[in-house]
Amino acid sequence: MGWRGVGLFALMFGLLALVGVVQSWPLAFTILNLCLISAILSLGVNIQWGYAGLLNVGVMGFVALGGMAGIVVSMPPVTEAVRAGGGGILLAILVALGTAALAWWLSGRVSGGLRVAVVAVVLLAGAFLARGIFDPAVEAIESVDPARTGYLGGFGLPVLLAWIVGGMLAAGAAFLIGKVSLGLRSDYLAIATLGISEIIIAMLKNEDWLTRGVKNVTGIPRPVPYEVDLQAEPWLIDIAERYGLSVVEAASVAVKLCYAGLFLAVLLIVLWLSERALKSPWGRMMRAIRDNEVAAEAMGKDVTARHLQVFVLGSAVLGVAGAMLTTLDGQFTPGSYQPLRFTFLIWVMVIVGGSGNNYGAVLGGFVVWFFWVEAEPIGLWLMDLLTSGLNEESALRAHLLESAAHMRLMTMGAILLLVLRFAPKGLIPERSGASR
Amino acid sequence: MELLNALALLGNFLIVPGITYGCQLALGALGITLIYGILRFSNFAHGETMAFGTMTVILVTWALQGAGVSFGPLPTALLALPFGIAATVALVLVTDRYVYRFYRTQRSTPVIYLIASIGVMFLYNGLIRFVIGPGDQNFSDGERFIIRAREFKQMTGLDEGLAIRTTQGITVVVTVILVIALFWFLNRTRAGKSMRAYSDNEDLALLSGIDPNRVVMIAWILTAALATIAGTLYGLDKSFKPFTYLQILLPIFAAAIVGGLGSPVGAIAGGFVIAFSETAVTFAYRKVFGYMGYETDSLMQLLSTDYKFAVSFAILVIVLLVRPTGLFAGKSF
Repeated sequence: MGWRGVGLFALMFGLLALVGVVQSWPLAFTILNLCLISAILSLGVNIQWGYAGLLNVGVMGFVALGGMAGIVVSMPPVTEAVRAGGGGILLAILVALGTAALAWWLSGRVSGGLRVAVVAVVLLAGAFLARGIFDPAVEAIESVDPARTGYLGGFGLPVLLAWIVGGMLAAGAAFLIGKVSLGLRSDYLAIATLGISEIIIAMLKNEDWLTRGVKNVTGIPRPVPYEVDLQAEPWLIDIAERYGLSVVEAASVAVKLCYAGLFLAVLLIVLWLSERALKSPWGRMMRAIRDNEVAAEAMGKDVTARHLQVFVLGSAVLGVAGAMLTTLDGQFTPGSYQPLRFTFLIWVMVIVGGSGNNYGAVLGGFVVWFFWVEAEPIGLWLMDLLTSGLNEESALRAHLLESAAHMRLMTMGAILLLVLRFAPKGLIPERSGASR
Repeated sequence: MELLNALALLGNFLIVPGITYGCQLALGALGITLIYGILRFSNFAHGETMAFGTMTVILVTWALQGAGVSFGPLPTALLALPFGIAATVALVLVTDRYVYRFYRTQRSTPVIYLIASIGVMFLYNGLIRFVIGPGDQNFSDGERFIIRAREFKQMTGLDEGLAIRTTQGITVVVTVILVIALFWFLNRTRAGKSMRAYSDNEDLALLSGIDPNRVVMIAWILTAALATIAGTLYGLDKSFKPFTYLQILLPIFAAAIVGGLGSPVGAIAGGFVIAFSETAVTFAYRKVFGYMGYETDSLMQLLSTDYKFAVSFAILVIVLLVRPTGLFAGKSF
C-alpha cells in the first residue's frame, strides 16, 4: 500500500475520531459501520471495474437482492401463510421453470420457420398456466393478517447465514445478466445492468408475498446483543462510569462496536481474497484482458468467460454487503433503494479511491461515505453563511436553503468528472507492473 | 357492433396512447443513436438533457403566459420551444467543450465517455432540481381535446368512446415533420452527408477533408433539439416531473438498441416496438374480451403496470440474444 496509503488511512481515522469528539461517539461509530460496508461495496465494484473494466450500472439491484436474503433467511416463517399459499407459489415456480426448460429443449429440436411459433406458443401457455396457479396463492398469502404479516416470512435461520445467501442470490442474477450481455459491446452490459436493477427494485416493491413490498419488514433478528439488555449489565455500567459516558451512550457504542467487529472481519476476508486474486496468475490475466482484449484473446484467453467469472464474483461481494446492510438496519425497506445512493455513490468511491487498487477502493469507500454524511451539515452551514447577507424573508434565500439538499447530486457529479479528468488514477493509484 | 366497440376500446386505450408514446420514444432514441453514431458512446445524460430542455420550455411558457401571450387552441409551450432548444444547445455544447472534448483528443475508450456521461447526468439532475424543484409541473394549456369521448359516441353511436387529446395530435404531427426534416438533412445536405460518412468510417471521412469538430457540433445541436422537443411533448402529454425523465432512459435505450444503435430508421422503428409492447402487455383486456362474448372476473392483464420497465428490458434481452445488431443492423461491437 505504501506510505501514502498509510498516511491517508491514518488521516481518515483521525477525522472519524474528530467526529467522535466534536459531535458524538455513537455517531462516529454509526459512520464507521457504514464506512466498512461501503468499503466492501466498493471492493465489489473494483473487482468488476478495476480488474476487468466492466461497467455495472445496476449495483443497486445486486445490493437489494442481497438485502432481501436478510428477510428470507432470518425472519420466522408465517406458518399460516405458508400453509395457505406456499405450495401454490412453489408449484407456479416449478411450472415456470418447466416451461422455460421445455421451450429451450424445443428450440433445439424444431427447425425452420416453425421454431419461433412453437417456442412462443409454449412460453405463452406456460405463462398463463403459471399465472393461474400463482395469483390465487399470492392472494391467499397476502390476506393472512396483512397489517402485520401478509407474506411468507423466512426460514428463521441465523442472520449471518443471510450474508452468504445474499452473495449467492446476487451471483445468480449476475450470471444470467452476464450470460446475455457480455461478449457484446461494453455499453450493452451497462444498459442491461441498469435495466435489471430497476426490475429487481420493482419486484421487491410489488411482490408483497415475498417482501411485504412497501410495507417493509422490520425487526430482523440481530447477530449482536440489544442495547436494552446491555444497559442492565454491571460491566457496561462500570465502563460507562470510568469513561464518563452515560449508560445509554455506552450501550449504543458497545452494540456498534460489535457490528464493527463483524463487518471488519468480512472486509478483511474480502480484501485478503481480492489481493491474493489480484497477485495471482489469474489477476495478471484479468489485467491483461482489461488492457488489451485483442492481444489476450490472441494468447488463447477466453475473454467472455473470464468477464463472466469476474462479473459474478464482484456481484457476489455486492450481495454480501447488501445483506450486511439490512442486518445493520434491522429492517428491509425496498422504497429506500435509490440509484444515486446505491449505484453511483459506489462508483464515485471506486474512482476517487483508485480503480484497480483494492486498498484504494477501501479508502474511497471510507472517504466518500464520510463526506456524503457530513456534506449535509457542512453544506447547510455554507449556504447559511453565503446567504447571510440577504434579507431573512428573502425568497431567494429560502429557495437556496431549501435546495441545499440537491447540491449533493451536483457535488457527486462534479467530483466524478473532476477526478476522472484530472486524477484518473485516484487517491491510491494502481501499482504498475514494475513496482509490483 | 360489439366488435366495433372492442376496436374503439382498443383504439382509445392501446393504439392512440401507443402511437403517441412511440413517437416520444422514437425522438428520444434518435438523439441516443445520433450521438452513438458520431461520438460512439451511449449517452446516459440524454434523459436529463430532455428534462433540462423541457424545464427551460416550461419557464419560458410561464413567462409568456404571464405576458398574456397565447397560441390559441394550441399549447403556449410550442411557442416557447425555440427558446428551450437554444438553451439546451448551449448547455450541451458547453458540456462537450469542457467534458467530452478532452476524452476525444485522448482517444479514450467508450467506457470512459460513458462514465463521464453519468457524471454529466448528475450535474444536470442537480441543476434541474435546483432550478425548478423535484415536484410535478403541469404546463399544458389551450384546447384539451381534438375529439372528445362523448362526441365520438354521438357520432358513431357506439358505447365506447375514442378520445384524442390535442397533445397526442401535436406529438404525432411534430414527430412526422421532424423525422422528414431530419432525413432530408441527413440524405440531401452536404453537412448531413458528411455526418453519415463520419459515422460509417471515421478515418476515411477525415482523409476526405471532413472537419470532425464541425460534425460533432452538428450532432450535438441536432441531439439537443430532438431531446428538447421529445421532452416537451412527453411533458405536455403526461406531466413534467424530473424523476420520470430518469426512468424513461431505459425504454429509450431499449428502443435505440432494438432498432440498431447508430441507425436513425432503427431508432424510430424501435421506439414503436417498445411503446406498443409496453402498452399491449400491461393493458387489461377484460372489457375487450367482454365485447367478444367472453365474460371473466380476471383483469386479463399479462403484467401489472408496475412492471412496464420489465417489458422494454425483456425485448432488449431478446434482441441481444437473437440479433445483437438490432433490427436495422447498427453496430454491435
